[in-house]
Amino acid sequence: MRLPCPMCGARDVREFYYQGAAVMLDRPAPDADVEVWDHYLHVRENPAGDIEELWSHDAGCGAWLKVVRNTVTHEVKSAKLAAEVAR
Amino acid sequence: MRFSGLKVLKEGLTGNKGWGPHWRNPEPKSEYDIILIGGGGHGLATAHYLAKVHGLRNVAVLEKGYLGGGNVGRNTTIVRANYMLPGNSEFYSHSLKLWEGLEEDLNYNVMHSQRGIINLVHSDGQRDAFVRRGNMMVGRGDDAEMLDTNGVRKLLPMIDFDQTRFPIYGGLYHRRGGTARHDAVAWGFARSASDHGVDLIQQCEVTGIDVEGGVVKGVQTTRGPIRAKKVGMVAAGRSSQVAAMAGMRLPIESHVLQAFVTEGLKPCLDHVVTYGMGHFYISQSDKGGLVFGGDLDMYSSYAARGNLPLVEHVAEAAMTLMPRIGKARVLRSWGGIMDMSPDGSFIMDKTDIEGLYVNTGWCYGGFKATPASGHTFAHLLATGAPHPTTVRHRLDRFRTGAGIMDEESTGSQHNLH
Repeated sequence: MRLPCPMCGARDVREFYYQGAAVMLDRPAPDADVEVWDHYLHVRENPAGDIEELWSHDAGCGAWLKVVRNTVTHEVKSAKLAAEVAR
Repeated sequence: MRFSGLKVLKEGLTGNKGWGPHWRNPEPKSEYDIILIGGGGHGLATAHYLAKVHGLRNVAVLEKGYLGGGNVGRNTTIVRANYMLPGNSEFYSHSLKLWEGLEEDLNYNVMHSQRGIINLVHSDGQRDAFVRRGNMMVGRGDDAEMLDTNGVRKLLPMIDFDQTRFPIYGGLYHRRGGTARHDAVAWGFARSASDHGVDLIQQCEVTGIDVEGGVVKGVQTTRGPIRAKKVGMVAAGRSSQVAAMAGMRLPIESHVLQAFVTEGLKPCLDHVVTYGMGHFYISQSDKGGLVFGGDLDMYSSYAARGNLPLVEHVAEAAMTLMPRIGKARVLRSWGGIMDMSPDGSFIMDKTDIEGLYVNTGWCYGGFKATPASGHTFAHLLATGAPHPTTVRHRLDRFRTGAGIMDEESTGSQHNLH
């Protein structure tokens, strides 16, 4: 599997660290309800299909990427700099 | 049909013409007391114990593929009770005791082999950690012994003790651990459940879970609607998709774990050996194949196959521990879909929907749990209360933070186990 890093081009997956579902970009307010924090930290949609997730190009440019990848076929649909797409 | 030595002898002498199918292949009825979604090891074990222990026989197991086609047929067959934390500790102890009586209980040869497990030690810190783990295992009534280098050398002469990277200083020896023939476990539970009146319905995918007023009423399937008073979700790596049909989201991420087997070799490895420094474990099957595996591929996946970087990593660990393995040819590799929970421990609980129960989060350790998962899930379904060994395995423990069971002390968030 290769990920198309916007900075470095298509690179081997071994260069990347996997953080998991891109829900991590939607950090709740510190005083948000416990249910909101529980969903942010633990509860997952866990789709069998396209998923948005965060990868860090640790052994490359060091950028955080928001990747759209299919969990069944492992096809990578897109990879964008997380800094540019962060909501 | 009962299996016995005499029956095997008679069939052997008369052309093996007297063996029948091991289970019935019934049409689904319109209603059951209990429906189990998932005909894998845990679902079939649950059906067996529901019928045999609780006398509940109006039960159906619905399987979208064929029985035992998921993780129960895709693991490395290891059976052990070397967990440490309260909750997991008594549960896996309970499971090992069930394993020890399983073949008689099922009248089925599951080839349970208590050949012993050796966790290798490579540092003083690791030795201290294993001494503590061993003491906790002994403290709850299971077995554990610490071996020094010579003790390990006597049992495992084929591994490289003088490797420069991770010299071997000893090992934690769990004699009652071992392996079992994974498919036979599924078949044995299926046969027993079927004999006790449970309907095992294959090629029957659940497409919807019917809930009215917060109470489960049944399921929709590719073979029509089926009503039920209670529904148990036992779908391992597909748990999230099943729960979504009831409008639920689970604290689960699905990951792929690979395993490998070599061509059949003469006996060379008598135990199960774990090599934690390379996250590698290996045993030899009764057919002679070396069965081994490593770590998760470490990204969400529903593809029952892995990627090459992990193959390379596992091969490197294998060559470091056992250089002679380089002469063996790998026969095949495969991947299973692991239902990973945030703290690495399983979840067995009722849900907020009355009559709907969930059994998930087995991570990469579900095979050894098969009998106790079935036994305790049957208890929960039949009585409505958790079995004493699963009282801590609550669905809401991540929300509250109380009762987290993190054996590796890495934290209770996804992608840490």
